[in-house]
Formats: sequence, structure tokens, C-alpha cells
Amino acid sequence: MSSELATAAPTIQRRFPPVAELTICSLALVVIGGILLASYAPRRPPLGVPTALAVISAALLLTSAYLLSRLQMFAWERFLLVFRWALLAYVISAGMIGFAFIHDHTRGAPLVLLLVMLVIFALDVPLIIAFTVARYSSPPHSAS
Amino acid sequence: MTDTGRVQAGNVAAAPGPPPSQIQVVPLKGLPIVAAVVVFVIVSIAGNWLWALTFCHVVGGALWTAIDLFVGLIIGPILGRLSIAARAEFAARFMPKMVLLMPTLVLMTLAAGFQLALKEGNLAPSNPNHAWLIVSYCVVGVMAVIALGVLEPANIAVLVEMRKSRPDGAVIALLMRRFLYTAGITGLMQVATFIIMTRVATQ
Repeated sequence: MSSELATAAPTIQRRFPPVAELTICSLALVVIGGILLASYAPRRPPLGVPTALAVISAALLLTSAYLLSRLQMFAWERFLLVFRWALLAYVISAGMIGFAFIHDHTRGAPLVLLLVMLVIFALDVPLIIAFTVARYSSPPHSAS
Repeated sequence: MTDTGRVQAGNVAAAPGPPPSQIQVVPLKGLPIVAAVVVFVIVSIAGNWLWALTFCHVVGGALWTAIDLFVGLIIGPILGRLSIAARAEFAARFMPKMVLLMPTLVLMTLAAGFQLALKEGNLAPSNPNHAWLIVSYCVVGVMAVIALGVLEPANIAVLVEMRKSRPDGAVIALLMRRFLYTAGITGLMQVATFIIMTRVATQ
């Protein structure tokens, strides 16, 4: 595609796959799972529903990553730059939440599940931020 | 990779504001303060330091709710009526501060609040505050998804757009609208937090 064609429509009009929407759903599910786990503290929580939520959330995140990886004419440099820094911030944030739970004697399977949810959380937010930034830095039309 | 900022630059009228080189997405001068706050919260939790946990929760919560209400219900509607140029100029100076301030306040308030609730026995099922705290988790959960999924990405995307040599006014207007609506929603949800927390404090 020539650059003349690329500038024919505003960036704002370009359609993207629902990467942000899926990742927001993934984030919502781990937040719900986290609330379920925290609502039982300091008792041992039942793990069925939170595990199911974490699995669906991970599936949504992977779907987002797959859709993202198929994008052409996307501002990948800007995406990776923002993703790296946001990841650093949210790894610190998730690490602090994990530390609080470990400090409160969360152990065994609930701790593993919590850590999985924190990993998803720490990936979800940077992905949403980086995608939102990069989509408006990408050419108006994809080559595909 | 092509210079994508340049490709889109001609689409829409550029939004004036401070020179792009002067706009910092993350104000570096604020990072040591954020680090100090995070370390203080960690030390408070690790040491079961009641005064410090109460300080972090009360001060962080007061600032968080007040700023959310002020931005959502006072600043937001005013900004919504300004020209794109005026909004851009305000956003270039206001939003970098919010990028650091709000996540720090939220982390400080929630981490300290959870520890306080545990220490005070408010999370025990027999405690009359238990149900109120679960409702509080739900309110905070909804606010977290809105803030992390919509508000913060819009905030950062506006700043990145404004750093371009020729910012796209339509993109800034769209993202600012998203920012203002979500700030309004989280501001209104803070009213629920006020009701819950005053109930918890007086049971």
C-alpha cells in the first residue's frame, strides 16, 4: 500500500481486532477471582470458581495475544516500548499484592492460584495500555 | 518500520499545546517519591505497623476519593466544554501527574486497607463489617477494571499522541472524552466507598 493510500482515511477510523476488549474481560475475570480469594481471608478459600475464572481469563489473554500477533502495519516499536515500561510498573504492583498475601500466610494451592492471577493481571494491563497507544500510532489501513 | 507518526499527521488538524519535547509521559522527578511510598507501605505491612497502615489507608484513601470526585465531577465537565486546543494544553500538564499519582494512591490505600481489615478482625465471617468489606471489594473491583482497562490507557495514549511532532486532534478528542467519562463514573462510585467506609467505621 502506498503512503498516499495510507493517509486517505484518518487513523481513528481503522478497524482493529478486539484486542483491548478481550483483555479487559480477562482483567475483569482475574479481578473477580481475586475478590473471591480475598473475601475468604484469612480462611482457606474454595478454589473451584476462582480456578475456572483464571483459566478463562488466561484463554482470553492468549486469544488477544494471538490476534495482536497477526496485525500488520502496526506500530510494533511503540507497542513494545510502552509494554516494557508498563510491565515493569505492574510487575512491581503485582509483586506487592503477592507479598501481602504471603505475609498473611497464604500457602499451597490458593497461593499458586493467586500468583497465576497476578501474572495474568501484570500482563493484561500493560497489553491494554500498549495496544491503546500503538493503535493510534499505526497507519490508517492494514496491509491485510 | 515506517515513521507512523508522520504518516497519520496530515489527517486531522494538529492540536496545539506545549512543545512535544516538553511533554513527559511519566514525570521522572516523581519516581523517587513513588518508590519511597511503595517502600513505606511494604515496611508497614512487613512490620505489622498499625499506625503506618492506618496512615497509608486513611491518607491514601482520602486523596484517592477526593481526587477522583474532583476530577470526575468538577474538572471533567469543565474540560468537556473547552476547545480541543485548551484541553490538549491542560492535559499535557495534568495527565503526566495523574499517571504516577493515582496508581500509587490506589496501591497504598488497598494494600494497607486489606492488612488493617485482617488485623482488626473485620474479615472474620462473624464480624458485622465482613459483608460491607466484600461490597467494598466489589466496588473497588469495578473501579479497577474501568481505571486500568480504559482510563489509564486513554491517559497515556493522549500523552504519547501529544509528543508527536504533529498530534492528531481527533485522536486526542476521542481519548480525552473516554478519559472524562470514565473519570466521572469512578468519581460517582467513590460515593459508594464513602457510605461503606463510614458504615465500617461506625459498626
